[in-house]
Amino acid sequence: MWANSYRFLADLPFAATIASKEAGEIDLLWWFLCAVSLVMTVVIFVGVVFFAFKYRKKPGVDPVPVHGSNFLEITWSVIPFIVMLVMFWWGADLFFAAETPPKDAEEIFVVGKQWMWKVQYPDGNREINALHVPVGQAVKLTLASEDVIHSFSMPAFRVRHDVVPGQYDSLWFRPTKAGHYRIFCTEYCGDRHSQMIGFVDVLDQDSYNAWASGGTGGTLADQGQQLFTQNGCSTCHLLNEQGRCPILKNLYNHPVQLNDGRTVIADDAYLRESILQPNAKIVNGFEANVMPNFQGQLSEENVIQLIAYIKSLSSQTATASQVGALPTNGPQVPAPGKKQSAATKATALQPAQQ
Amino acid sequence: MATTYQTTPEAAAEEPVNYLNVEHGWKSWLFTTDHKRIAMLYVFSITLMFLIGGSFAMLIRLHLTQPQGLFPPEVYNRLFTMHGVVMVFFFLVPSIPATLGNFLLPMMIGAKDLAFPRVNLLSWYLYIIGAIFAVFVVARGGVDTGWTFYAPYSTTYSNSYVLSAAMGVFVAGFSSILTGLNFIVTVHKMRAPGMSWMRMPLFVWAHYATGLIQILGTPVVAIALVLVGVEKVMHVGIFDPNVGGDPILFQHIFWFYSHPAVYIMILPGMGVISEVIACFARKRPFGYEFIAASSMAIAILSFLVWGHHMFITGQSVYTGIVFSFLSFFVAVPSAVKVFNWTATMYKGSVTFESPMLYAFAFIGLFTIGGLTGLFLSTMATDVALHGTYFVVAHFHFVMVGGMVVAFLAGIHFWWPKMTGRMYSEPWARFAALMIFVGFNLTFLPQFVLGYLGMPRRYAAYPPEFQVLNVLSTAGASVLGFSLLIPIVYLIYAWKYGPKAGNNPWQAKGLEWEIQSPPTTFNFDETPTVTEEAYNYGPLEEKQVA
Repeated sequence: MWANSYRFLADLPFAATIASKEAGEIDLLWWFLCAVSLVMTVVIFVGVVFFAFKYRKKPGVDPVPVHGSNFLEITWSVIPFIVMLVMFWWGADLFFAAETPPKDAEEIFVVGKQWMWKVQYPDGNREINALHVPVGQAVKLTLASEDVIHSFSMPAFRVRHDVVPGQYDSLWFRPTKAGHYRIFCTEYCGDRHSQMIGFVDVLDQDSYNAWASGGTGGTLADQGQQLFTQNGCSTCHLLNEQGRCPILKNLYNHPVQLNDGRTVIADDAYLRESILQPNAKIVNGFEANVMPNFQGQLSEENVIQLIAYIKSLSSQTATASQVGALPTNGPQVPAPGKKQSAATKATALQPAQQ
Repeated sequence: MATTYQTTPEAAAEEPVNYLNVEHGWKSWLFTTDHKRIAMLYVFSITLMFLIGGSFAMLIRLHLTQPQGLFPPEVYNRLFTMHGVVMVFFFLVPSIPATLGNFLLPMMIGAKDLAFPRVNLLSWYLYIIGAIFAVFVVARGGVDTGWTFYAPYSTTYSNSYVLSAAMGVFVAGFSSILTGLNFIVTVHKMRAPGMSWMRMPLFVWAHYATGLIQILGTPVVAIALVLVGVEKVMHVGIFDPNVGGDPILFQHIFWFYSHPAVYIMILPGMGVISEVIACFARKRPFGYEFIAASSMAIAILSFLVWGHHMFITGQSVYTGIVFSFLSFFVAVPSAVKVFNWTATMYKGSVTFESPMLYAFAFIGLFTIGGLTGLFLSTMATDVALHGTYFVVAHFHFVMVGGMVVAFLAGIHFWWPKMTGRMYSEPWARFAALMIFVGFNLTFLPQFVLGYLGMPRRYAAYPPEFQVLNVLSTAGASVLGFSLLIPIVYLIYAWKYGPKAGNNPWQAKGLEWEIQSPPTTFNFDETPTVTEEAYNYGPLEEKQVA
């Protein structure tokens, strides 16, 4: 509905693909800025050309000293500033909305490394340089980097976020139009920076269900549980009773009292830090230097799996960590181009659907 | 007349003694402390660096005619990095201040030299040492981090000559600091009697504001580069999160300098344009006080907007909102200047010599450069345009359409003063027109490319972007060729051009009341200023001697 109201923007000359309502909203602002710039440019150009010719040197006509005008100075400071306040407010408002994912957003994890995007779905599917999402579903991407700063960009949705090593970044979008759209890395990251590209496929619900179905090595949380055992975490973090380390059940998104008196929320960033550098924040009542550092031992993908497992121990987030937000009872037809083996093939050379 | 200074009756000698012919030999140049000779040393050094940086630009545009590129990506990455490093730190930052500023600032306020002539020479040597580092890096195979040296790529992952390049920029930074320091002290302490602050030419105001940014901002980028070196060599965790650092910290320190630095790269150009338009409109600049104040406002506000480079790095939304708001503030004084330049022609007596043509080009291109900056201060559109060719086009409109065009306007305006000779006006007008056309053809398509999503710093790009890229390269060919024309006729004019006389434009200002080329100490006795700047009247018909 909203997307349709901006449909005319896509028909403007040089208009770029618009594949979400939010992209249309940003384009409306873009064309507003273009219109203001055009008016200002015309005013200046016409002013320069008109004055230059009207007051060109003519025999017998002397220049008249004019020293300035406070009225004019104030006018041409204040009026542009008011117009710019509109730009500021409009831009900040849309930006704020773009920073706040809707409640029904499906979370997908993207790890950037030189020079590929590794995508992990909550149901355990994985792909490289490809992303599959159903049309109409809000998607929140949680972004992490294994090495340098990357930037995840999908022009058709006007979304972009830097992917900074050492922290989680995120963006969200809700595609409204099925199609095949480009993914770019837009922060220079080394030799093959321009090959760190891929495609997002927006599928209708049936095709998506077909693509998503079929078993793999379990959900992301299952994979995390495996790691949890393999790395010996389960010997100290006991499931239902107090071990040498805190109980992780019902921890996610709950407040944690630290031994320095602070209280923090156990969100993704906190869990990531506590896995990689356990001594950075010590829970009240526990000893430092009990748990080993996993910095450099676990990949960002492993950390995401472990966090998914910890989330699954928390009852209120059970649905978010599974594919349950989507109906999964579609036709069970295996679709081409799905899952690791097929999807990791270089899809970069296909032309984008424009 | 404006001053008590009178031109000494010239002897019958064909070429009176001036700063150029007073001494000969390489020692007289390399050990000079004359601000005018140092300015000429800078003219040649930065022109050489401009040609090096320009050749990289030509290779970049050649590479991008094909979606897969002509060179391997490693080569392309080094080309755009070296283009940026050479052009930003070794051409744009010193361009107008170190040449025209050095040459004219003392004359314009009635001084015999800058406050610290030896420090001025030292600044040139530092520039040369920095430039040698840069040329060494080019010769050894280049650096591939982009001119921004973002960590942790620069500190941990890049295997190119990051340290040498950073060292070159670090040393050249001190050259810039010393120039700024010299200007500030000279303006405070060495103005001639009667040269009050509100009688100073706007060129001097612009350079004073530039000097403030140079001495306050440049040390910060020096710190950033030293920290890159410390992390790279000693593996101390500063920026790399794997050893406990913070990559965003680098961007804060870097942009704290590098955003004000873009005003180092434009304010002196604005000063030139104020002088040129006043002269060829035969008018005092409309709203002199507002143009002067806007230079100072830009210098101060420029330090408060660096975060607009970082809207999408994960900095707090509220931090971003404050930086977005302040970025719109800094647009106001720039707009004020453009309006005032336009209004200066009102009821003037406009003529169209080549410096004025460049000034017209400046107003047009800077207007577009400034307005497209608003797209990037607006947070939501910045998300869509960040890291694309829109940004590339925007800053080239300001840096090339603004500063390079202003530099050409200034060189054409003061070349008769600097060399005593006049260049070919038809060739100069032709070059100005071609540069304007070539420039627009190069960079207008890049705005569209950016809006369509083409990322910058890409060695290969999707085929749907090829048409616009080929257009851009066609424009770059015209632009590159046109920029060579002035180099030829200006050097030719110096040797063979007709004598220009002391004041060929009948311009106002102390520098036009002395001999061309000036003598070593500019003024035989210190002038006394008795009137406002820009006391322009009608153009007098040339009198036959």
